[in-house]
Amino acid sequence: MLIRRTDQIRSSEITKESDYLSRRKFVVAAGIATAGLVASGRLVAAIAPAKRQDDKPNSWDEITQYNNYYEFGTDKEDPYHNAQKFRTRPWTVKVDGLVKKPAEYHFEDLVKPYKLEDRVYRFRCVEAWSMVIPWQGIQLAEMIRRFEPLPSAKFVQFTTIYAPDQMPGQREAILPWPYVEGLRIDEATHPLTLMVTGLYGKTLPNQDGAPLRLIVPWKYGFKGIKAITRISFVDKQPLNTWQAANPNEYGFYANVNPEVDHPRWTQSSERRIGQFRRQRTLMFNGYADQVASLYAGMDLRKNF
Amino acid sequence: MNRVRVVRPALFVGCLLPLAYIGWKFATDRLGANPIRELEIETGLWTLRLLAVTLAITPVRRAFGWNWLVKYRRMLGLFTFSYACIHLSMWVGVDWFFAWSDMWGEIVKHKYILIGMATWLMMLPLALTSTKGWVRRLGKRWIALHRLVYAAAITGTVHYLWAVKKDTFFPLVYLAVFVLLLGYRVVAALGRRATARATGDCLGGG
Repeated sequence: MLIRRTDQIRSSEITKESDYLSRRKFVVAAGIATAGLVASGRLVAAIAPAKRQDDKPNSWDEITQYNNYYEFGTDKEDPYHNAQKFRTRPWTVKVDGLVKKPAEYHFEDLVKPYKLEDRVYRFRCVEAWSMVIPWQGIQLAEMIRRFEPLPSAKFVQFTTIYAPDQMPGQREAILPWPYVEGLRIDEATHPLTLMVTGLYGKTLPNQDGAPLRLIVPWKYGFKGIKAITRISFVDKQPLNTWQAANPNEYGFYANVNPEVDHPRWTQSSERRIGQFRRQRTLMFNGYADQVASLYAGMDLRKNF
Repeated sequence: MNRVRVVRPALFVGCLLPLAYIGWKFATDRLGANPIRELEIETGLWTLRLLAVTLAITPVRRAFGWNWLVKYRRMLGLFTFSYACIHLSMWVGVDWFFAWSDMWGEIVKHKYILIGMATWLMMLPLALTSTKGWVRRLGKRWIALHRLVYAAAITGTVHYLWAVKKDTFFPLVYLAVFVLLLGYRVVAALGRRATARATGDCLGGG
């Protein structure tokens, strides 16, 4: 099964609350001890770089109360507070552009033909934190097959709903709205790429991108566009929102790459939410075996 | 009534309250899913806030004629530096867990870290020379040295500005506050110079 092959994560590995709490106590103790230790300087180089930690899924609360979803505010807990009343029904997804079957689907009709799959993926934010998340959804490749893209379709562009009445963030010019993301067609049809409708086997919460979001596990989290209302097949590389907002810092590809830093912070390590120590970031977020061939011969420093 | 006996302990406790509040939020799990990041942000913000209060002493004192305020400036400055130290030790000891080579990489590669470190280094000699003995020993040079605090206010705020991704509103608010506090000093200094010149003219003419 795909999940095991890529992650080897079992639900039995979920962090127990007692472990979580004892870590917390450790952080308190470490914080108090820090000042003294820095002064004494006795720890110089005594500590090896942090090793990779187990890929245990993060808790429901962590996944649903620590979100980057600027449509609902820029603080991590804003989406949790501001997205509760967001209306995800009725919901339509418009499929257009270079396809044989352009259509406007009701959400229910869009997902009906497929059996939902559970997939546990690592999630790496461009801000250097990470989680492990048990998503539920549909392989995007299967959906795309149904739309029958034309050979001229080289890219897929996704658009978030524009609903400033419901999304307070869209009333401010933090980013150009609505949010747009894009993938190369071979990235979109890669078996790892998922259209997500659920989390932990339940309906996807609003703050995590309900009713329909994208997950591309080898790319930074911002590629995972939320509340998708339009899927367009195009022949030119879409201009994704973060790239439009700051082209020096965010690119089209946004592949997780420990060797290419964000201009303002390192990408070589990350903090897994709920863990005390940082850990090394893996090339393509640990999915290199599956996806590295997509980028063979490309300069990943230029195509960041 | 002895004002010092009331104001000093009150200010002392007041300066510790943010730390207590942060500690309480941490202990009761109110810092969210990424408490380490929150600890860094909160201690950094309180450093800037206390620095603003410290720099507000002079204008407030002049505006209201409250000369007694100046007695508490050193304490506020030292508390500012204490919060800066806590902020830095969160980064060194908690965020990076003493991974010195990684931290060095961060400092040289990333300008927001570099300017943050520079800010702390600028504040360090101010804290070290804050004693009466050093004030006396350095004389006029003490005043010149302690003008570094103006630079630290700006670089500290730029550190904050460069650390955020896109929501620059609050960093710019802090920057505006410091520009006002420093602008006041520039205007006041120009005013004093003009007065001195005018007085000089009078004397010369008389």
